[in-house]
Amino acid sequence: MRILFPIAALLAATAAAAAPIRVDINSGIAQPLPIAVPGFATPAATPTEAGTTAEIGGRVAQVIANDLKSSGLFRPLDPTAYTSTVEMPDVLRPEFASWRTIAAQALVTGSVTVNPDGSITVGCYAYDVFSAEELARQGFVTTAAGWRRAAHKCADLVYARLTGETGYFDSRIVYVSETGPKTKRIKRLAVMDQDGAGHRFLTSGQNLVLTPRFAPNQQTITYMSFEGNRPRVWLYTLGSGRQQAIGDFPNMSFAPRFSPDGGNLIFSMSVGGNTDVYRLEIASRKLTRLTSQPGIDTAPSYSPDGSRIVFESDRGGTQQLYVMNADGSGQQRISFGEGRAATPVWSPRGDLIAFTRLGGGRFSIGVMRPDGSGERLLTNAYQDEGPTWSPNGRVIAFFRSARGGPVDLWSVDLSGQNERKLGTPLDGSDPAWSPLLP
Amino acid sequence: MLQRSLALPLVAVLALGVSACATKKKDLPPQPTTATTVTPTTQPPATTTGEAPPATVSNTNVPGSAADFVAQAGADHVLFAYDSYELDEDARTVLGKQAEWLARYPQVRVTVEGHSDERGTREYNLALGDRRATAAKNFLAAQGVDTSRMTTISYGKERPAADGSDEAAWAQNRRAVTVVAGN
Repeated sequence: MRILFPIAALLAATAAAAAPIRVDINSGIAQPLPIAVPGFATPAATPTEAGTTAEIGGRVAQVIANDLKSSGLFRPLDPTAYTSTVEMPDVLRPEFASWRTIAAQALVTGSVTVNPDGSITVGCYAYDVFSAEELARQGFVTTAAGWRRAAHKCADLVYARLTGETGYFDSRIVYVSETGPKTKRIKRLAVMDQDGAGHRFLTSGQNLVLTPRFAPNQQTITYMSFEGNRPRVWLYTLGSGRQQAIGDFPNMSFAPRFSPDGGNLIFSMSVGGNTDVYRLEIASRKLTRLTSQPGIDTAPSYSPDGSRIVFESDRGGTQQLYVMNADGSGQQRISFGEGRAATPVWSPRGDLIAFTRLGGGRFSIGVMRPDGSGERLLTNAYQDEGPTWSPNGRVIAFFRSARGGPVDLWSVDLSGQNERKLGTPLDGSDPAWSPLLP
Repeated sequence: MLQRSLALPLVAVLALGVSACATKKKDLPPQPTTATTVTPTTQPPATTTGEAPPATVSNTNVPGSAADFVAQAGADHVLFAYDSYELDEDARTVLGKQAEWLARYPQVRVTVEGHSDERGTREYNLALGDRRATAAKNFLAAQGVDTSRMTTISYGKERPAADGSDEAAWAQNRRAVTVVAGN
């Protein structure tokens, strides 16, 4: 467990005696850390397939600033407040005095250079402005067109150095894009970077599709499709666009998720009005039934070590959360609060389970420990549903339906703060956050 | 000559339409008298047909059709209480009539759709829709409808009948719909 200073103490401390700069992300941020992210420098403005290195340098800084701002932990300073542009020598030896005059606590700077093979190197440097110390530096080599990922990796580096937690910006979100009247809703799989860039649709909208989830390798997505009026679990291969049903089961299969090793799928199947959780070994197509109680057992999700599965069941009368061993043994109820608990999903850190709490005419996103203790509600709305974890387990995305209104993707951090809407071209639901990209 | 060759197929189409209707039902609506105006003339055919008043066509239910099913059974759907898949008396009455109709047309196959309102989580509602479809199908089976003639599908909360977000709409959306195949 890391010992983190609350931000107020930190501000006083850094001003007084150059104590290590640190952002406390556990207690919620009263005042985000002021940070300067000037446009990245370049030795010479060199043309690339994605614009000149000078242009890329400006865009890299914008993406980093936007990432850091979106976390709610940082307050990027207005670039127009900067006195001058950053040149190459400034990257290695910043003029800390001038950054202090605009009250920047931290500085992210860097450079963009073209390599002999046409690739680019994005150099990423983070400094503590008051102590005039370097906090981190890393170079990222990518194609010119891949500059966004270098920017996200730089933002992850800064986030990790200042919070002590792994970052989450170099990741993607797959979700269901929605449009049209509710009675004839058109739903399509879509994928985008976590900041909304690089958005693209994966399916045409001809078939109703639901609940997409990434494979651990992020190359495959499992989802439910009504293709041919046979609702069942499918796989979508991102590179080729290939779509394939996982099996010819006679009954509806749905709510799929991958095992952490990617070798198995768990999902629900309904047989004669009774819904149970099953596991399919993908290579052998071997199907194993994991629950057998009468009732609706659905929304299964593995623990990150693959040893346990959390799911919801109404076997006790209403929807509640249960945990079992991966082989189906030891099924135990863990949720007991007011109302119902549904759609559990295990944190990638293993320490918490996010879920949907239904009660009092509201749908909220909550978290609890895997033993059911420590329940906290993070949101409270007409209908918030379907949580998914950022790769570092610090932020939860979900979808929010306004009464009679739009359906949108939102995120909230673990402290229940920084609730924000994620931009999508149309309405959005069923988000699933990818792991960090390799 | 060009105009004439264009006009002729139109007459043929109209004649076909009338005779196709005639095979379906005995008490047909009156023959559309305006059909006679579509004779080949030297006028462009489009103008000629465009000037004619529209024919009067009323719908009628063909025995064994989906429309006839709804008319005879009273409804193609039954409603459920919140989070319930229990068939109440109204539902059993409707399903009983549906079973009677299905007994008269043993060649007809049906799909029973289960639906929920929007006030539940997505996965649970898929399972709940399956429960509702299965409850309706099992009732029909108990009334003598062969299970080989019936399939079920759940749409959960994905295909509401009413698009409102109030109790009146939700009540309409918690339903099982018996859909006659091939119509």
